[in-house]
Amino acid sequence: MTTSMFGAPVARREDPRLVTGNGRFLDDLGHDALAAAFVRSPHAHARIVDIDVTDALDVDGLVGIWTHEDLPGRVGEPLPLLIPHPTLTHGRTAYALAKDEVNHVGEPIVLVIARDRYVAEDVAQLIRVEYDFLTPVVGIEMARDATDLVHDDVPDNVSAHMFQEVGDVDAAMAAAPRTLELDLSIERSACMPMEGKGVYARWDDENGELRLYSSTQTSTGVRAAVAAKLDLPLAKVECIAPDVGGGFGVKINHPWPEEVLIPWAARLLDQPVKWVEDRREHFTSSAHERGQLQTVKVGFDDEGRILALDVKLWHDNGAYTPYGIIVPIITSTQLLGPYKPGAYRVEFWSLYTNTVLVTPYRGAGRPQGCFAMERTVDAIADELGLDRTEVRSRNFILPSEMPYDHGLLFQDGRPLRYDSGDFPASLDKLKALVGWDDFAAYRAEAEAAGRKVGLGIGCYVEGTGVGPYEGGHIQVETSGRVNVSTGLTSQGQGHETVFAQIVANELGVPIEDVHVTTGDTRRMPYAVGTFASRAAVMSGNAIALAARTVRAKALRIAADALEVSADDLEIVDGDIRVKGAPGTHMSLGTVSVMSNPLRYAFDEAAKAATQFAGSNDPSKPPVADDDEPGLEGKDFYSPTQATFANGMHAAIVETDPVTAEIRILRYCVVHDCGPMINPMIVEGQVHGGVAQGVGGALYERMVYDESGQLLNASFMDFLMPYASEVPVIETDHLETPSPLNPLGIKGAGEAGCIPVSAVIASAIEDAEGFPIRSMPISPVELWELRQRHAAGDWPSLRRPRHTSSSPTDTQEDR
Amino acid sequence: MKPAPFVHHAPRSVDEAVAVLGEVGHDGKVLAGGQSLVPILNMRLASPGHLVDINQVAGLDTVVVDDATVRVGALVRHTGLERHEGAYAALPLLRQALAHVAHPVIRNRGTTVGSIAHADAAGEMPTILAMCDGVVEAVGPAGPREIPWADFFLGPLETSLAEDELATGVRFPRFARGTGTAFLERARRHGDYALAGVGAAVTVTGGVVSGVRLGFVSVTDVPSVLDLTDAYAGQEPSAVDWASSADAVADAVSPEDDIHATAAYRRMLAVELARLALTEAAGRAA
Repeated sequence: MTTSMFGAPVARREDPRLVTGNGRFLDDLGHDALAAAFVRSPHAHARIVDIDVTDALDVDGLVGIWTHEDLPGRVGEPLPLLIPHPTLTHGRTAYALAKDEVNHVGEPIVLVIARDRYVAEDVAQLIRVEYDFLTPVVGIEMARDATDLVHDDVPDNVSAHMFQEVGDVDAAMAAAPRTLELDLSIERSACMPMEGKGVYARWDDENGELRLYSSTQTSTGVRAAVAAKLDLPLAKVECIAPDVGGGFGVKINHPWPEEVLIPWAARLLDQPVKWVEDRREHFTSSAHERGQLQTVKVGFDDEGRILALDVKLWHDNGAYTPYGIIVPIITSTQLLGPYKPGAYRVEFWSLYTNTVLVTPYRGAGRPQGCFAMERTVDAIADELGLDRTEVRSRNFILPSEMPYDHGLLFQDGRPLRYDSGDFPASLDKLKALVGWDDFAAYRAEAEAAGRKVGLGIGCYVEGTGVGPYEGGHIQVETSGRVNVSTGLTSQGQGHETVFAQIVANELGVPIEDVHVTTGDTRRMPYAVGTFASRAAVMSGNAIALAARTVRAKALRIAADALEVSADDLEIVDGDIRVKGAPGTHMSLGTVSVMSNPLRYAFDEAAKAATQFAGSNDPSKPPVADDDEPGLEGKDFYSPTQATFANGMHAAIVETDPVTAEIRILRYCVVHDCGPMINPMIVEGQVHGGVAQGVGGALYERMVYDESGQLLNASFMDFLMPYASEVPVIETDHLETPSPLNPLGIKGAGEAGCIPVSAVIASAIEDAEGFPIRSMPISPVELWELRQRHAAGDWPSLRRPRHTSSSPTDTQEDR
Repeated sequence: MKPAPFVHHAPRSVDEAVAVLGEVGHDGKVLAGGQSLVPILNMRLASPGHLVDINQVAGLDTVVVDDATVRVGALVRHTGLERHEGAYAALPLLRQALAHVAHPVIRNRGTTVGSIAHADAAGEMPTILAMCDGVVEAVGPAGPREIPWADFFLGPLETSLAEDELATGVRFPRFARGTGTAFLERARRHGDYALAGVGAAVTVTGGVVSGVRLGFVSVTDVPSVLDLTDAYAGQEPSAVDWASSADAVADAVSPEDDIHATAAYRRMLAVELARLALTEAAGRAA
């Protein structure tokens, strides 16, 4: 072909539609639908004594009110525990409507359906629920203390206790010349997609069929779960993810209570029903992530080589565990980053609290793990007075050591084995990008002007593209239009563009001819979902394989027709031609016509495929025994393990000497996700990830009071960064291919957010001269740390601050 | 996130609006820009039975600048006042402060008078009214009256405006010749409610300081003015170390803890911002 689409910064094909308001999101559908609203618990922990709906019954426009006792059969049973694990000995899930007890503010208790949402909320306000209060367990310390329990039958509030050890940590620690211990903590945050969750269901009573739309990251998952809950044959349920306004993880969990109840009610009422989550509901009734306490003990030698690493994690899993313990498993394994840890032992306790449940949020446990590891590496550098990049280099896994097996089990139950990566090269690029070796001079200049600046760094490795599989289906119409479908869903990442690029590249057609459908179970019933930075790796490779099948068939048919060898053919701009003799050719559309023997000519092109049109060989069937009609192909990609991307970030921050306000002056990213299908989209993913990372590092937290009330459940008080808070992001890329998949690619979706808290902590520490052990950090907290430090109540760093080129002792100005 | 039912009134004149307010009494709320009211309604933190929407009332959307004052009508949007060149020339403090009122899209809709009538301690414009020694113009069943700012603000979100009165405008008196002003605030995010905000006005007459006024946002219950004229009068502005205002500022503010900052931090911030704002204002004073 003339131009390769793979690797080109093609403008996102979905953008004209999305940015001109022509997207079709869930609330753009079903204007004739009834509306649902919920009575949700205002209390964090209570028994439900009585529900009184008397006052609500007379509201004009009310259709129905349901509580748990009204839910029949499986609709009334607990929601599924999606990812069981042997160590998840005390997994608990909620009911679609609370039965007897509520375990967090926001848990749904009563379903109201009415003419519209206004009426539904009027009704909900008139329903009285009487409670018996139980002691709320809020915060990891209280859960760990276990004086009070979230679930009566879960001892010590522990849902899972997991332990992995590689090597003999006790012996290695005892033999290590030096050791350090760190206590660390990370606060809760949340995905906060611009569009919350939403469900819209239509029941077709004549055919006994349910059509369900959900703002989900997995339409196949929702379909299967809803069919099971409603006791419907899978063939009678279809699920469609329309345009989805962001997911970031929260929409991979399923079925949410509303995904069961809305279809159930639509069938019961034989009327379309819709529920669209409002922002307050999203804060208190979906999911959060990140909250962990960590202790790290590390043994190392005088050169800074890590010999033993002993990590304990206490993970806040909220009130229920529908998504299992994926998050702490990822923290405990991905914590290792690009380093060889020597002997490694990690132990975690996943703890119940009376707060919103915890499921993966972009990064999914990695930001916490990266924070633990990178704080540790910085602490080693400080202890030894070494440059922080030098300590990192000395512990890197080298390219010659790839594939590198950590001897641990990853989140997919498969070995934690890095397939490729060149960490020393990434670090070199980063140091050049941020000007690492010139920073001492930069700092000296800033300090001369009375300013306080610091330089920070963070490195991570991210397992992307986990299985089990995804599929791709491609069909070429007689017009030459190429229809591509894959089952996983899109939330605005640019799938329509990158998948089209892959097909254009593989098939040799103009990208304008390629049309991609995602997340529609009518088009591709076999799929898993969009999560774990897996769409490009999984569906991208499946689609590439399917395109290769189509290409082979097209060449075979054309070779027959043109009476040449298929090896002599190429496809350029949708035209199949003999290499070196472009005069001998036929279009892909013509091949499509020929691939499908017809009885009826519906248009001019179709004539060519009818029975009297040409030289049919009467001795053969129109479709050969080993062939199928049509120019289409389907394939699946199922890897043996994840492919591991990596990245390194550095930042320069300035802290106000008086007010302790923190400003990011520069933010640099070196990113390696293998060959990039579309560098502009990768860049966008990195930018978005860094923006969310900045939120997690400096702004966002879930402020629960001791009674379990979320005090900042609005965008006024939950401080997502605006564009004005996100720095300009400077990027550079390495493209180390993965040996694991046909396209050699790795995932990029989560990358940007992973190391940001570690990087910002590192930079603030460098600016201030005392350790930062807890993130996020606000100006108030930094100001208070300064006061504690001044009072001798918080330690100083031992080393001089970052001094790559001119080491000097600057202790005196602390 | 949907409001409870309410009756929407759209009077065409001030008299009509006042009549409706009189009929619905405490069950009524005036809707102007709606930037504070509508979220409160949607979250059902308030459920008034009647909204008196004054957006159709004629004659309330003007800014009038004369030798003594800048008069702002009840339907003047923040943006309209912010961009009003005459108002800026007469009283630069208005634009200096308005730039900190939330975000442009909110300023496009929200009204300055509405913000003053809302009397949020985190609002910028109530404080500016106080710093200028301003007056609220109101119309009630008995006709118009004028309420000096000090009598207007009673507490957080509480004013002396009666249920059946409509604030039709405010007057910001201009500062004396030779006055330089500045307004600074700090928020967790750009455009958020301030952790602390400080306005400063320094007047220089004949080469020496003749007036010093400070106003505070988010660190006092109600708008208040700290007059430091006595402490600095007669000094050459360039010779003043404005950090010496620290104790007076720290005493004048009464911040509270909330989820975004402690009282101690806000007090420190008010002191620092006062120093910076006074320095900036003095630099602009003639």
